Amino acid sequence: MSILINKDTKVICQGITGSVGEFHTKGCLEYGTKMVGGVTPGKGGQTVQGLPVFDTVDEAVEQTGADATMIFVPPPFAADAMLEAIAARIPVVIAVTEGVPVLDMVRVYRAAKEAGVVLVGPNCPGVITAEECKIGIMPGYIHKKGPVGIMSRSGTLTYEAVWQTSTLGLGQTTCVGLGGDPIVGTSFIDVLQMFQDDDETEAIMMIGEIGGTAEEEAAAYVKEHITKPVASFIAGVTAPPGKRMGHAGAIISGGKGTAAEKIAALEAAGIEVAQSPADLGAAMKRAIDKA
Amino acid sequence: MNIHEYQGKQLFSRFGVNVLENRVAKTGEEAAKAFDELGGSVAVVKAQIHAGGRGKGTFIENADQHGVQLVKSAEEAKTAAANMIGNLLVTIQTGPEGKQVNQVIVEAGCDIDRELYLGIVLDRESKMPVLMCSQEGGVEIEKVAHETPEKIFKEIFDPAQGIESYQVRGLCKKLGITGKSVFAADKFFKKLCRMYVDTDCSLLEINPLVVTKDGQLVALDAKINFDSNALYRQKDVLEMRDLTEEEESEVRAANSGLSYVKLEGNIGCLVNGAGLAMGTMDIIKLHGGQPANFLDVGGGAKTEQVTEAFRIILSDKNVKAVLVNIFGGIMKCSTIAEAVVAAAKTVGFEVPLVVRLEGTEVEAGRKILEESDVELISATDLDDAARKVVATLA
Repeated sequence: MSILINKDTKVICQGITGSVGEFHTKGCLEYGTKMVGGVTPGKGGQTVQGLPVFDTVDEAVEQTGADATMIFVPPPFAADAMLEAIAARIPVVIAVTEGVPVLDMVRVYRAAKEAGVVLVGPNCPGVITAEECKIGIMPGYIHKKGPVGIMSRSGTLTYEAVWQTSTLGLGQTTCVGLGGDPIVGTSFIDVLQMFQDDDETEAIMMIGEIGGTAEEEAAAYVKEHITKPVASFIAGVTAPPGKRMGHAGAIISGGKGTAAEKIAALEAAGIEVAQSPADLGAAMKRAIDKA
Repeated sequence: MNIHEYQGKQLFSRFGVNVLENRVAKTGEEAAKAFDELGGSVAVVKAQIHAGGRGKGTFIENADQHGVQLVKSAEEAKTAAANMIGNLLVTIQTGPEGKQVNQVIVEAGCDIDRELYLGIVLDRESKMPVLMCSQEGGVEIEKVAHETPEKIFKEIFDPAQGIESYQVRGLCKKLGITGKSVFAADKFFKKLCRMYVDTDCSLLEINPLVVTKDGQLVALDAKINFDSNALYRQKDVLEMRDLTEEEESEVRAANSGLSYVKLEGNIGCLVNGAGLAMGTMDIIKLHGGQPANFLDVGGGAKTEQVTEAFRIILSDKNVKAVLVNIFGGIMKCSTIAEAVVAAAKTVGFEVPLVVRLEGTEVEAGRKILEESDVELISATDLDDAARKVVATLA
């Protein structure tokens, strides 16, 4: 088992005819993902990387039986692409696109919840189940099958966590990049429950960053509902208030969202907190050994 | 993106939100003329900078002059404006170096009955916009939020519908707004919510929002930030951008699609990904160093953009060493390696350079660096990289 996606997941790419969409479709194919097609309005009938391109998501689902989609559509059209995938009831919608206006996401978030569709992202690296299925932009080779479930608000820090757990011989079940925007489709809490329910996942790593209160909420949830060992890291201990650190969601405003507050909440919930981004794998190991 | 108070009030007027009559002045003479044109017995002269705390702030050149001043004649308006324009205003938000005032507004007075606070932001918990208000207007709202959160009243609203009348009535009850002012508030709040949505604000704040003696609601201040992801569809807003208010190197970085924030330290950082960039800052500090910047080159950057990133980092005279930390996903390590070589040729590294590469096309990247004659210290992992870059300064 794993969560969200596995070796049987059939995947389409929205925005497959763009250079980024095509590049990463190729990467997913090389990893062994069952890519079955793509969607670009107006370009139906073409082939990209040997895959059929459709004009609409409905058509693509009908023809290929896709049960997941990855979205590389540019920001002005990304919300529409997500809504189209949600309307087609694709169970797992993964939006990689960075720079989607936040008010667009108010609409998309509600549509996903109402439809019961799992939306991951936007502004995220994607989701990967080690050695089975990669949907997104992460470098595949760093992942090794193992017992750790990883979830993160940051793309490259996820890679760091994966690399360190792989190097230590732990390995991963599924890694979920949640995205760095103020509104993302899937929260830490959503994924925590999935990992808790998954038999193969024995431990959970949570990578957070400054801004918002998602980590505090997750910490409270862990205390109440999670029995598996959890380790965590919060990026941005040194970030000054009022400055947006790249991600639209990563800003300390009105004294809220500091790393110190988050770390205190995590530790209070019994979570092993890594003090440095070089300590992610070791912290996970400590948490497992303690359990 | 931020705008000035006077620009915010122009937007308010466009959306039918009440403001007081005002004029922008760039000299003392213009301010005197504005006072006469407004025709009242009093007016307020307000320095226009993006930072808050202007009323309590003072000028480096003249410690007796505050950033907001009540004036009772054209002559007083002229003096106040002349004291402000061209000078550096220091407030709690500007840092000790202050911000240069290039213009002021001269605004008519009004008979204030009560001062309230109003703000609209995104509520990250409900994932909807939320209108917040409080009777504690005119003071630091962060303090109110922290010490007495029960004094802040909130209503979330659907961006498509805006705020509903019953929600406004509920807020009025809590704020003690009564009689015909409830109708004024209904119009006022609805127009503000419309503006928040239509112009893609990320923050819209009025502090104070006043209720006048004749029962009207008027925005006495305007603090507005916009969602930078939405600027592509907000041409009017984009025209209001004042680049002199922003850090020059940050503007330059943004033009190249880079995300850069200047900090106080001496170790320049070039990283891909916001989280890893923050993590890199953190680990430098953990090893006893001080980061000179946050810099996320993003995923799609080409060699030229990464070269520009090096230029920006090296243009900071405080930088005594540079740490490149790349975990390639979308970003290919080979692109970074090519940019390092290009930057060495065109910009030149006069400070030690530590490079750590991992991820997509890492082998190709390492090969490019090995085959070049760029002098650098390579690091095997994040800890090694941080330790080595800090050691170069020892």
